[in-house]
Amino acid sequence: MEIKETAIAGTLESSDIQIMLAKGANGIEIDLESDVKKQFGQQIESVITTTLNQLGIESASVKAVDKGALDCVIKARTIAAAQRAGQTTDEPAWEVL
Amino acid sequence: MAQKNEERLRRTMMFVPGNNPAMVKDAGIYGADSIMFDLEDAVSMAEKDAARDLVYEAIQSQDYGNAELVVRVNGQDTPYYNNDVKAMVKAGIDVVRLPKVEDAQMIQTLEKDVLAAEKQFGREEGSTHVMAAIESAKGVLNVAEIAAASDRMIGVALSAEDYTTDMKTHRYPDGAELEFARNMVLHAARAAGIAAFDTVFTNMDDTEGFYRETRYIHQLGFDGKSLVNPRQISMVNSVYEPTQKEIKNAQNVITAIEEARIKGSGVISMNGQMVDRPVVLRAQRVMRLAKASNLVDEEGNYIEK
Amino acid sequence: MKNSVNRELPEDIMNELDYKGFESTEIGNPEIQRVAPKVHVSTGDNKVVSSIEDVVKKTVKDGMTISFHHHFRNGDFVFNKVMRVIIDAGIQDLTLAPSSLTGVMNDMVIEAIKKGTITNITSSGMRGSLGDFVSHGGLKNPVIFRSHGNRARAIEHGDIKIDVAFLGVPNADRLGNANGMNGNAVFGSLGYALMDAQYANSVVLLTDNIVPYPNTPASIKQTQVDYVVEVDKVGDPEKIGSGATRFTKDPKELKIAETVNKVITNSPYFKNGFSFQTGTGGAALAVTRYLRQEMIDNKIKASFALGGITKPTTDLLEEGLVEKVMDVQDFDKGAADFMHTNPKQQEIDASWYADPDNKGAMVDQLDVVILSALEIDTKFNVNVMSGSDGVIRGAIGGHQDASTANLTIISAPLIRGRIATVVPDVTTVVTPGDSVDVLVTEYGIAINPKRDDLKKALSNIPGVPIYDISELQQMAEKRVGKPTPLQFTDRTVAMIEYRDGSIIDTIKQVKD
Repeated sequence: MEIKETAIAGTLESSDIQIMLAKGANGIEIDLESDVKKQFGQQIESVITTTLNQLGIESASVKAVDKGALDCVIKARTIAAAQRAGQTTDEPAWEVL
Repeated sequence: MAQKNEERLRRTMMFVPGNNPAMVKDAGIYGADSIMFDLEDAVSMAEKDAARDLVYEAIQSQDYGNAELVVRVNGQDTPYYNNDVKAMVKAGIDVVRLPKVEDAQMIQTLEKDVLAAEKQFGREEGSTHVMAAIESAKGVLNVAEIAAASDRMIGVALSAEDYTTDMKTHRYPDGAELEFARNMVLHAARAAGIAAFDTVFTNMDDTEGFYRETRYIHQLGFDGKSLVNPRQISMVNSVYEPTQKEIKNAQNVITAIEEARIKGSGVISMNGQMVDRPVVLRAQRVMRLAKASNLVDEEGNYIEK
Repeated sequence: MKNSVNRELPEDIMNELDYKGFESTEIGNPEIQRVAPKVHVSTGDNKVVSSIEDVVKKTVKDGMTISFHHHFRNGDFVFNKVMRVIIDAGIQDLTLAPSSLTGVMNDMVIEAIKKGTITNITSSGMRGSLGDFVSHGGLKNPVIFRSHGNRARAIEHGDIKIDVAFLGVPNADRLGNANGMNGNAVFGSLGYALMDAQYANSVVLLTDNIVPYPNTPASIKQTQVDYVVEVDKVGDPEKIGSGATRFTKDPKELKIAETVNKVITNSPYFKNGFSFQTGTGGAALAVTRYLRQEMIDNKIKASFALGGITKPTTDLLEEGLVEKVMDVQDFDKGAADFMHTNPKQQEIDASWYADPDNKGAMVDQLDVVILSALEIDTKFNVNVMSGSDGVIRGAIGGHQDASTANLTIISAPLIRGRIATVVPDVTTVVTPGDSVDVLVTEYGIAINPKRDDLKKALSNIPGVPIYDISELQQMAEKRVGKPTPLQFTDRTVAMIEYRDGSIIDTIKQVKD
């Protein structure tokens, strides 16, 4: 999938994560802000990267503001942001969901 | 996953806003018989995709115990309906709840779409159930054919906010404006052998009003109620709790059934009188409620308080 | 060396400070010697001093131990006023020994540490920027954390030898008779400060309200006080209440509170004449409300409610559902105001409340207590001191003390955000699992295996499944995942005493 525009998904509410996705050139670059970065930072970045790769996105600039989201929420928000960025919201990425 | 219709208690169907991670995550802790993730009215137009993704991932990964999982999809007249149905069938939802159902045709369309999705995503055909929300005068008048429209149907629910607007009235504390609709929905459900759900009660500060309405719909014969707040679950359950006398009586009936089975007799008798099928069914239902209310132990013995 | 909760303790510090490792929750019946303060004799006519500067000049010298109370909580003006003067006077090497440290004191404490004014601290707890500062190695000597009961014990033993106590009060007469009930910034019980008034060598009262002599009721007495200083304001009444009176509407908190209530009312302790301590926070207040209804329905009255008191508890007193309130501190204005209208709300000092080395403390008579936890592990050990990132952000309070109750209930959500509360091993052991009986979470409860007697009473409660605590731990881990282990340096930044003065755990400097 190709990133056509900068897009955002998720909120800053507790248990959510806000993912902002923009075009990138050097692989998946993640700027993560999280109160649980020490304990779960690697895990959060790995979920984001894996999900983007599954969507066929190899390069992207990601800004993630985490409010204690579980993995399923991180994955859902990453998919939503990516589909918005790729302007493919009308045709869900069934193979990744 | 879905159990056989007649075995399942459906006292409480709790609404969970589909785009709220905190509530989606915790939906399983309150002991609701059914959890209804809402992709429709609780989600703004701009977030329909995100809510669908969120509910999908949550169903795939979270443990909701024995609760029946229901999703209210967006209406058939919206651009979200098709993707909602596909995604939820793929996720393995127990029940798809269709809003604003007005005739049997709408359920048949849903049935066709669900079947197509089951085939597309390799789910067992027929494993996804459906239910209808009745929210208009037309829906109420057609509810009998709606309830009988598909083998996948497990229930009909009255949704009073839209219905009372359609009827040019609003909700009153005594519920007189809903009398006809409640009875129509209930009769249609019973005639079709499926569950009947009463509408939500939104004023969390009016505990007495909530109990009054719940006792009333319990008396009518509804299976249960749609709920907007987890705090209402224990209140509904307490209304549906059988009395000790009802439990003792049901235990006697169950014993009589067992005796008849051991004797190989086709006729069940208790105290020298034949026990009719309705009595048997009621006894079984009382025991299910008693177990769910922790009034009897695993063997069915009454727990003295 | 390891103690009996399997924590490795730093031998050098243990020897240097002459500490023993924690062994058991049993106190036994030892014979102990208490200390007595020095008394500077006077007829009491010249106690009123015009400024903090004067009184600091008369009392504080390098190397001394000074103390404060925290009854004003986040509305405290006294601590910062006094410390400002002490820092500016260039005094060095003090030990700070308050009953606890609240957020408003943080900046001043950090400044005092940086300037060498404060080199040692003992407290019930610390939070925010100060906890962060200490956890990152900002203070050379380790902080000693003590529970409220243990502080009383340490003062009576002479482990904490207070040279000067600076005690803010909302009223006092010219000889130092004072209470916490009348005036502008009232906080009710003076429970923790009464220890300082009784045992410090010099006692300085600070008040914004000098009243005619003799002032009654006198919680602090003229026989204990050396100086009375008039200041413009001792505290902000708006900020003294900790916001604890808010009744939660959070369904998860209510679910936990409902379950706690069911555990209490199904336990053998719920009978006429029982006693309880509920503490503060939304869930605790909800428990009090549910408990009230059960007491009415079952015609059961409590003999006493103990500890930190809130208005819902004094309401029970007023309704006659509780016979006495034994009050060591008040968390809100409602409870504080009620104190001087109802003689059944008895002010008690920290020793009476919870000191283990006593001829009987109130906590020894307690049936039921509900306590919170940042973490609880599969051995039921509880951490209320360090966050999931290893940084100090809590207080022992009365946690270790009240856990001696017949039924100690820890009420905590299984997970908070992405952080598991039920863990394989707590970051810091504060209260040993031996004194914890039941854990209540939103998913169900776990009963300490050594309390098999409770199992029968608590099984078959509708909607309250019983789990093995390791099952709850696994449920939590399944939901949030396995966290990356925290990184600490070898340097000890804090020692956690058990209530008997032994060391139950230490806190290391975090590695960033």
